[in-house]
Amino acid sequence: MAEEKKLKTLATGDKTIPPEGAKMIPIYIMGREYVVPETLTIMKAVEYAGYSYVRGCGCRGGICGACGTFYRFIGDYRLRSGLACQTVAEPNMIIMQLPFFPANRPGYDLEKMQSAPHEELRRLYPEVFKCVGCGTCTRTCPMDIDVMDYIALMKRGDLKGAAIKSFDCVMCGLCASRCPAQISQFTAAMFVRRVYGKYILPKAAHVKKRVDEVRSGKYEKMLDELMSMKQEDVKKLYVEREREPDLAEAGKWMPKDTKNL
Amino acid sequence: MSGYTTVLSELIKKAEATRPARMEKARKGEHFPALTMEQRQQWLKKYHPDYKSDGRRKLLIGPNKGMELPEEVASLIESRSRLNTKAVDLKKADYETDLLVIGAGGAGTAAALVAQELGLKVLVSTKLRHGDSNTVMAEGGIQGATQEGDSPYFHYLDVIGGGHFSNAPALAAALTNDAPLIINWLEDLGMMFDKAPSGRMKVRHGGGTCRKRMHSSGDMTGAEIMRVLRDEARNRDNDIKMLEFSPAVELILDSAGKAAGAVLYNLETKEYYVVRAKAVVVATGGFGRLHIQGFPTTNHYGATADGIVMAYRAGAKLQDLDSTQYHPTGAIFPEQNVGLLITEKVRGLGAQLLNVDGEQFCFPLEPRDVESACVIRECLDIGKGVVTPTGRFGVWLDSPMIDLLHGEGTVRKELPAKYIQFKRYDIDISRVPMLIYPTLHYQNGGIQIDEWSRTGIDGLFSAGEVAGGVHGRNRLMGNSLLDVLVFGRRAGLKAAEYAKSAKTGSPLSLKHVEDFNKEIEAAGIRSTGVSPILLPDYAPDHVKARQIV
Ligand SMILES: Cc1cc2nc3c(=O)[nH]c(=O)nc-3n(C[C@H](O)[C@H](O)[C@H](O)COP(=O)(O)OP(=O)(O)OC[C@H]3O[C@@H](n4cnc5c(N)ncnc54)[C@H](O)[C@@H]3O)c2cc1C
Ligand code: SF4
Ligand code: SF4
Ligand code: FES
Repeated sequence: MAEEKKLKTLATGDKTIPPEGAKMIPIYIMGREYVVPETLTIMKAVEYAGYSYVRGCGCRGGICGACGTFYRFIGDYRLRSGLACQTVAEPNMIIMQLPFFPANRPGYDLEKMQSAPHEELRRLYPEVFKCVGCGTCTRTCPMDIDVMDYIALMKRGDLKGAAIKSFDCVMCGLCASRCPAQISQFTAAMFVRRVYGKYILPKAAHVKKRVDEVRSGKYEKMLDELMSMKQEDVKKLYVEREREPDLAEAGKWMPKDTKNL
Repeated sequence: MSGYTTVLSELIKKAEATRPARMEKARKGEHFPALTMEQRQQWLKKYHPDYKSDGRRKLLIGPNKGMELPEEVASLIESRSRLNTKAVDLKKADYETDLLVIGAGGAGTAAALVAQELGLKVLVSTKLRHGDSNTVMAEGGIQGATQEGDSPYFHYLDVIGGGHFSNAPALAAALTNDAPLIINWLEDLGMMFDKAPSGRMKVRHGGGTCRKRMHSSGDMTGAEIMRVLRDEARNRDNDIKMLEFSPAVELILDSAGKAAGAVLYNLETKEYYVVRAKAVVVATGGFGRLHIQGFPTTNHYGATADGIVMAYRAGAKLQDLDSTQYHPTGAIFPEQNVGLLITEKVRGLGAQLLNVDGEQFCFPLEPRDVESACVIRECLDIGKGVVTPTGRFGVWLDSPMIDLLHGEGTVRKELPAKYIQFKRYDIDISRVPMLIYPTLHYQNGGIQIDEWSRTGIDGLFSAGEVAGGVHGRNRLMGNSLLDVLVFGRRAGLKAAEYAKSAKTGSPLSLKHVEDFNKEIEAAGIRSTGVSPILLPDYAPDHVKARQIV
């Protein structure tokens, strides 16, 4: 019985339990005042105020980029930005979410590149080369990416550097919304990452080899055999599996039983 | 020092006190003993939420009448349709297409890409933006037997053992056999896998694996997969048309009972659209936002079981839908992070689970359901959980071990997103442990499919988290991203074959929806709501009390 009761206290779904005696704070959603408990994220505060999201909310976990938000504090000239699902609401915040921002995204065919990757970038995104180096994008990025720097790396032709630097991008579009050179940094970065992944990062030879083996039908027989086995026999095989040591070097370690490789 | 309260900071000292001895053992490769097969079953029965009889009931109507499901799921399925079928003019299609894909996560996008390659015009209906999905949230990785010491044979054994031998064998075989093809496909599409300088894929263990076959892309594997697939779909937008914020609300059959489209609903203009298609793929993902038994969830905002509801009304069979995966390590502190997934990679890298006294109480890489049962047991039965300021229970996940084992900076390098998510609240997870508790993570069962993603209704295919059977009653990490791509691609392939050969064009019908409504009435079910619900309702009570409509 006591167990049941305890389990109930955990049963809260996504509705926040404000800690006991939580302080209430004023926030301004698109300029209108609402009073919400402190410590909530902007997203949960907006819901607490009574809004139901259709746009501007996706993963609720800081990775989809649907909830880019600009805000200021009353009396402070500085414009700030964050993800609504990750930023804690604070007193006197004036909030505006930016659920969508038009971005330039020329289509391309990754299989049929017309020229060297760097030239392709120049052809598709000539505006990247007009960056004035103001740094606004870097100050704006909620993922703390040095956006200006990855743009600079692109200009220099260092696509590897740009791909790695831009990797954490959630494509929220906040950088593009503020760029005086009208660059859509994050779509250019997407292009660069794919080019890097396909043409610059070394290929995995072992994957190709395994693909050939799969295509030759090599494993179908082994799998058929497992499928037609009695459950006890499969269980036995399962329990007796040999476990690859955690620190074994990939590609070097071999099991004792190599029959079914 | 940190965002922890003084009370919690004091408790952390107990975990720190036992750390040196635990480190020494870990370096020698000594583990806390794993449970035996018998113990696993015992603990699951006693502690796992799936095995509790309260909060569950039998379906009263439909193809799976008598199947026992969580209350939340059963009542959604047995609610009246949100669609007023009389108001829909089926004579005029607003959109005509070869293939309608419902849901633009990993599975739906993969299906669309393959069908397009085979010459189909594809229309995609999705609830939020393209890619706002569970796929984008996956962190840890994707499995595939690509290394020399591994093979689909061993991958199959892991899948089926992890699923407690309840998986559909043909689906598990398709999954593991196709896996290397999927890894190769993603590499060809320009995905940035974690690789050694030679190009060899970096691989790790996951819970329940006998070989290291977890491929990753930082701790954003799903996000990287999703943005690459989405980018590719956008490159093909002549043939793949995307309708965002326009979820499907009911499937349309034709007079011969074949799938022939769907009614979509524009969430913004509130209009209905009729889509006529030669074939339909349902890829709407999971049901975490139903908050089964009140658990928090890791899932995205649109995970509300719509596909299950629609397909069941159209006559599709369900399986294993009573089995829900609770991820053993969801954040439970600070309050802002509650429900948030702490990837299994943290344990894969060596972090151990500790009770309030700083002692280990389980092998950190048991299958997920077993691991969850272990945590629940430690908190609720043994009584050695840590209590948070908001009255939640948790145990420690000792992340500082990672830097100690693999070198300073590993946490930041391998887990950058997690690092930031806690750093925001002044908790440096490379120095102090995290507090965790199981969180509702994955819908194990779903629409019944065969190894070619066919549902049993002509022209209706299904793939991804919405479908069941692949993982049986428990899924291992890294097999779901794989599943959505394997069966998404297979759905696209078979849907294309079908669309080219099947006789289509009979009059459209929603009679199955009307019949289902009648069955609800006849069975005496007093449903209050309508379904599919499309989005969860998080309006607080004080607001609801004042809302006029
Ligand atoms: C936090 C988290 C971490 C995870 N980590 C891993 C991992 O490391 N490895 C792994 O293998 N798996 C992982 N998973 C599981 C895996 O990501 C998912 O199971 C999988 O991606 C589901 O893909 P899907 O395409 O089936 O569904 P989703 O990706 O959820 O896509 C479904 C789409 O359908 C849309 N939709 C819903 N209803 C409708 C409707 N009525 N009409 C139109 N569209 C609709 C949704 O909005 C969504 O866009 C994780 C899951 C989560 C939540
Ligand atoms: S780089 Fe731009 S689009 Fe990407 S996360 Fe930063 S601000 Fe958002
Ligand atoms: S905001 Fe635009 S112009 Fe300014 S640094 Fe960034 S990319 Fe360059
Ligand atoms: S909702 Fe996805 S990043 Fe905030």
